[in-house]
Amino acid sequence: MRQEIVKAAPAYTEFHPRWYRAPVSVYWWLGQWRYLKFILRELSSLFVASFVVITLLQVRALRNGPEAYSRFQHWLQSPWMIALNLVSFLFVVFHTITWFNLAPRAMPIWVRGKRLPEFLVAAPNYAIWLVASVVIAWFVLR
Amino acid sequence: MADKIILEVARYSPEQDTKPCFATYEVPVHKEWVVLDALNYIKDKVDGSLTYRWSCRMGICGSCGMMVNGEPKLTCATFLSSYAHNGNKIRVEPLRYFPVVRDLVTELSDFLVKLKKVKPWLIRKDTVPLSQGEFLQTPEQLDYYKQFSMCINCTLCYSACPVVGLDPKFVGPAAIALAQRYNLDSRDQGAVERIAVLAHPEGIWGCTFVGECTKVCPKHVDPAGAIQQYKLNAVLDWLTSFLMPRGHNSQDVKP
Amino acid sequence: MARQSDEAFFWMLFSAGGVIAAILIPVHLFLFGLAFPLGWLPAPDYERLMSLVHMPLVRVYLFVFCSLPLFHWAHRFRYTLYDGLKVKHLNEVIFALCYGGAVAGTVLAAYLTWTIA
Ligand code: FES
Repeated sequence: MRQEIVKAAPAYTEFHPRWYRAPVSVYWWLGQWRYLKFILRELSSLFVASFVVITLLQVRALRNGPEAYSRFQHWLQSPWMIALNLVSFLFVVFHTITWFNLAPRAMPIWVRGKRLPEFLVAAPNYAIWLVASVVIAWFVLR
Repeated sequence: MADKIILEVARYSPEQDTKPCFATYEVPVHKEWVVLDALNYIKDKVDGSLTYRWSCRMGICGSCGMMVNGEPKLTCATFLSSYAHNGNKIRVEPLRYFPVVRDLVTELSDFLVKLKKVKPWLIRKDTVPLSQGEFLQTPEQLDYYKQFSMCINCTLCYSACPVVGLDPKFVGPAAIALAQRYNLDSRDQGAVERIAVLAHPEGIWGCTFVGECTKVCPKHVDPAGAIQQYKLNAVLDWLTSFLMPRGHNSQDVKP
Repeated sequence: MARQSDEAFFWMLFSAGGVIAAILIPVHLFLFGLAFPLGWLPAPDYERLMSLVHMPLVRVYLFVFCSLPLFHWAHRFRYTLYDGLKVKHLNEVIFALCYGGAVAGTVLAAYLTWTIA
């Protein structure tokens, strides 16, 4: 036990048995909304990946011919897939919004010695999102 | 507003206790009292053995940081009145993720060693004789790093950062932001010397952009932003070194 | 533990995938996952989609659409496991699973988009 504590402590801190070191719970992200929100933001990547898998299956179905594709379409209509896609959609939009809102912090833009306000850096992202969505929808629905 | 408030204060005596427990104190609420005033009241009137750090009482020295209802706060800048609705109870604990020496006093050498590792001072490659005068800087050049220079080393950001708790070797928000403060300074030439510590799995790459460090910072430093900016530069740096193996300028990002 | 230049590389893939996912996935998900199956909008038929997929640019688009977001997932999910479950000591296994998955998906995407037409 003692040995373990020594190992857990950073190398540069002398072992000091009288200091109290609070253990970090595995569930540190539960209980406080700000940390839960962070974990949910990170978990949005799961739904990103699952939709990529669905898209890959779609491309495979297309490749295998009209029958395979109608089977695929039928599969997407099952309540489970609708439920999954509904949840995925919420998570993916959450990803988009958090991504666009955090991006200006990683990419400060300086114009004539002044840093552009964050919303001015984020706004074009939203504009691109909107335009891209409309273009893709138009392309598919045309 | 209630004229009394209950303070639950973490007490830990290294001689007697194996872990902290809470003591409850009733404190009068005066209109402009902050949490630190309540602690001072307890120390003066109720229990003189209560131990905590403070100095300036005006949000400058950065020594009075504690967890107030689970949030890292400067206790000299946290008003009792803003908690009066919360069942009139305030829980005061030592800053999270630091070893506790006694009661509310944390051990800071982890942080201080990390801080020193990133060399937060001006580094010059040339030695300019004193007779040549100061290094001049335009207001724009000052603005470029000013935000990151506001840090008062209060370590609230370390207590807000789960990565600090999970990986004790993580260099952490304030130290990286201060490194960036010097990297962005037009007078500094030390960016290359800081890379080894910063562009490291235990440096910037350990950060997952939880972003809480920035939210709790009493000086609006935005360490999370500093770290992501450094990541982006590290990627560009990696790309240029990949495309032009010779003659690229590592992490030199000054205006 | 990955070397620092590797970390920069993986983070670059993560960010690029994050951008692609943020801009493109919501509309795809809305159309193909909700609007078409639920009949909110008339779904394009097989021939129409095949004619789209026959365009080389659409196939490149699909490849990027599938590969980069997988690397985005690999990075984020890897760190979520490290931190959310405190399993950093399983680093090698997690790393192999996440990036193995992303590489497998990318290879599959390349194969499918290459052979579909
Ligand atoms: S006492 Fe100095 S910052 Fe609070």
